[in-house]
Amino acid sequence: MLRNLIKGLRQGVVTTRYPAVRTDPPERFRGVPEPRTGCLFSDLPPASVCPTGAITRDGLSGVYTIDLARCIFCGRCADKARGGALRMNREFELSGRLRKDLLIQYSRDAQGRVAEIPLELVDQTTVVDRINTRIYNIFKDSLHLRHLDTGSCNACDWELNALLAPHYDIRRLCIDFVASPRHADGVIVTGCVTRNLELAARRTFEAIAEPRVVIAVGACACSGGVAGTSYASAGGAANILPIDVYIPGCPPRPEAILFGILLAIDRIEQKHHKSTTERSSP
Amino acid sequence: MGTRLSAKSIQKLLSGRMGDRAAFLTGPRSQDLTVRLQQKEDLLAAVGALINDLGMGLAIIVATDERREADGDFKVRYIFEPASPLKGPLADLFVTLRVSLDPGNPRVPSITSLVPAANWHEREMRDMLGIDPEGHPDPRSLVLHDGWPPGLYPLRKDFDPKMRPEKLSAVEFPHLMIEGEGVMEIPVGPIHAGIIEPGHFRFSSVGETVLHLDARLFYAHRGLEKRAEGLPLDEAFYLAERLCGACSVANALAFSEAVEQIAGVTVPPRAQCLRTLALELERLYNHVGDIGAICAGVGYHWGTSAGARLKEELQRENERLTGNRFLRGMVFPGGVRYDFTAQQMAAVSTITATLGKQLEELMTSFSYNSSVMDRMDCTGTLSAQIAKDLGVTGVTARASGIDRDARRDHPHAGYAMPGAVLPQVVTKSSGDVQSRVKVRVAEAFESIRLLQLLAKKLPPGPFFLPLPEVLPPWRIGLSAVESPRGASIHWLRTDGNGCVDRYHVRSASYANWPAVPYAALNAIIPDFPLVNKSFELCYACCDR
Repeated sequence: MLRNLIKGLRQGVVTTRYPAVRTDPPERFRGVPEPRTGCLFSDLPPASVCPTGAITRDGLSGVYTIDLARCIFCGRCADKARGGALRMNREFELSGRLRKDLLIQYSRDAQGRVAEIPLELVDQTTVVDRINTRIYNIFKDSLHLRHLDTGSCNACDWELNALLAPHYDIRRLCIDFVASPRHADGVIVTGCVTRNLELAARRTFEAIAEPRVVIAVGACACSGGVAGTSYASAGGAANILPIDVYIPGCPPRPEAILFGILLAIDRIEQKHHKSTTERSSP
Repeated sequence: MGTRLSAKSIQKLLSGRMGDRAAFLTGPRSQDLTVRLQQKEDLLAAVGALINDLGMGLAIIVATDERREADGDFKVRYIFEPASPLKGPLADLFVTLRVSLDPGNPRVPSITSLVPAANWHEREMRDMLGIDPEGHPDPRSLVLHDGWPPGLYPLRKDFDPKMRPEKLSAVEFPHLMIEGEGVMEIPVGPIHAGIIEPGHFRFSSVGETVLHLDARLFYAHRGLEKRAEGLPLDEAFYLAERLCGACSVANALAFSEAVEQIAGVTVPPRAQCLRTLALELERLYNHVGDIGAICAGVGYHWGTSAGARLKEELQRENERLTGNRFLRGMVFPGGVRYDFTAQQMAAVSTITATLGKQLEELMTSFSYNSSVMDRMDCTGTLSAQIAKDLGVTGVTARASGIDRDARRDHPHAGYAMPGAVLPQVVTKSSGDVQSRVKVRVAEAFESIRLLQLLAKKLPPGPFFLPLPEVLPPWRIGLSAVESPRGASIHWLRTDGNGCVDRYHVRSASYANWPAVPYAALNAIIPDFPLVNKSFELCYACCDR
């Protein structure tokens, strides 16, 4: 006992100060695929390059869309073999309140170069939204979440576990994961919602008292991910539950999940998807 | 069996028994044997010869719908590997028994009563392809749960992958229960109290003692094998890498090796060694995390925190090396995506050396704590006989005295290179929680040793070899990779366009899950989480 105490003291504090202090992810980290500065619109890789259909190209309007909810951050579109018009930046704070907040859209400017269509953030003027905001303010100082695995590959689950570990210690922010939906203020959902879990997922959600928060973690929960929509998969949690915050990633790193949870209770501002961290090498 | 098995000796034995009712071919790999049985009635005799006379064990059963091909039938391939003697090393060999079934009425004799390990495989092919294993002792569905329309089989080629059938009303699943005075029924799951994957456990207990456990899985069945069909291999790769988070590298590697076999490509030595590095890094962070989780199971929270801290350090290193904390994006068909610089190799050396010291410290406090050790001793025992019958793999098998490790027995990645350093396979004989923990700890140190050796001398040269644009049609690739949970076996067949025709995975967890209820027998209910954690199985790559 005493020995362990001394060891612990010697170890010192390992806990991150995120979100107060933000450190950049390592050099090789794969964030958002984004066009290189000044690259030509015609050089953007075709939609077929994406294994999960996160890239779409509207033939009529000429809008090129990257859907972060579908993206598995594999980096295939940014491969050198694909011409190198896209590259992966190091942004990880990607959470959005609406599904459309996760769409990054580009069009062609007069010189034929890629131009980003600015993202319109949620206009919180409607009455419903104002009430919702007030509801989430209730949870601002204390949020207890129930984890709901609806058929994930377990990577997102492990990252939720990591949030409880000493390096992140999510409880320092008055957020915790609880054992029963009856004790929870909301659910944090991982997985694509399999056919075999749909009923259990609905029941877990219904067991939580209102008002309740629903947070979707990872590509599967946000859009179905690699499982897509099939006989076995409902194609994401949004198809059965009302989602308040989407956290893209495959899996999102623990700090990215933390960002999304804080966004759900209005303790942090949603970001535009502009890259904030430049890579040193091209 | 004193001598090592070879395709030749097996062919000799089987042709003696079957005569001209069996045709012998080489494949899928050059050292393997495929036996085409003309009559499915010969199956039991052939399986009996492999199991009883040659001491082989079941690796995987793959059923395919080939009604649209020349043969116009369903086929089932029963793949066996050497499993005996209990002491390795064993020959790297797979024997495939292939039977052809009537397309209108696919039935095949069940081999489950002869090979208990075939139980789930046969139930799965009944659910997914409508192939009836005649005489199977368990008529219940496995993969498709309540309310699935009868007569609809997702892995048949005429099943539309986009189809989402209505859920029919259904009676409650008939769990296997014990009835009697004082017997309690305790349902747990599928949604559990902790942050864990979904599965349902139905206990029959008297007082605190577990009399019987019926585990129902496949809640996380995402239909990934169906989804892979028709995809080009480089796209199907992303499904393989995402079968499971904890075994991302192992599954990515097993798929890649199957693809490379089909393409007839040998990846460069540097890529092989980098793949081994990734595999060992994956094993290490998982084993270290699992040791921490065991501490949670016995209520030793200092150990839980220490384990979680060490795991996090390793996952951060993973992110620095490959851009992903689960090492995703590293292995790819044809080689690896990232090269490691000398500086990065040095960092791996330093970090693993420090980790080794810290893990040793953790294990010291662990073993000094008698309440921790007592909880694990003689808890959740899995006998060698049951382990052998069910064909369990990995840490679970080795803790029950079975000397099997795919790194040595089916060499892959850098282990297959001439002069490669092979892992020292650690076994224990008692098969309880403590043995599984001890094996895991020994393997973590072994991974550190291997990583340090690999980091010192990495062969120079390229780390990626582009595969041909179009892959050969109608070829089969078969690979086995030792994941942190045990051997993960992947079977892949290309269609006429060189895309995926059928992809089937027997993950280590798939082989090991049926053993958990046996280990839980006679344990007390509060010890079940500990027993379960000592197996540390994934639901995701089992359910797919």
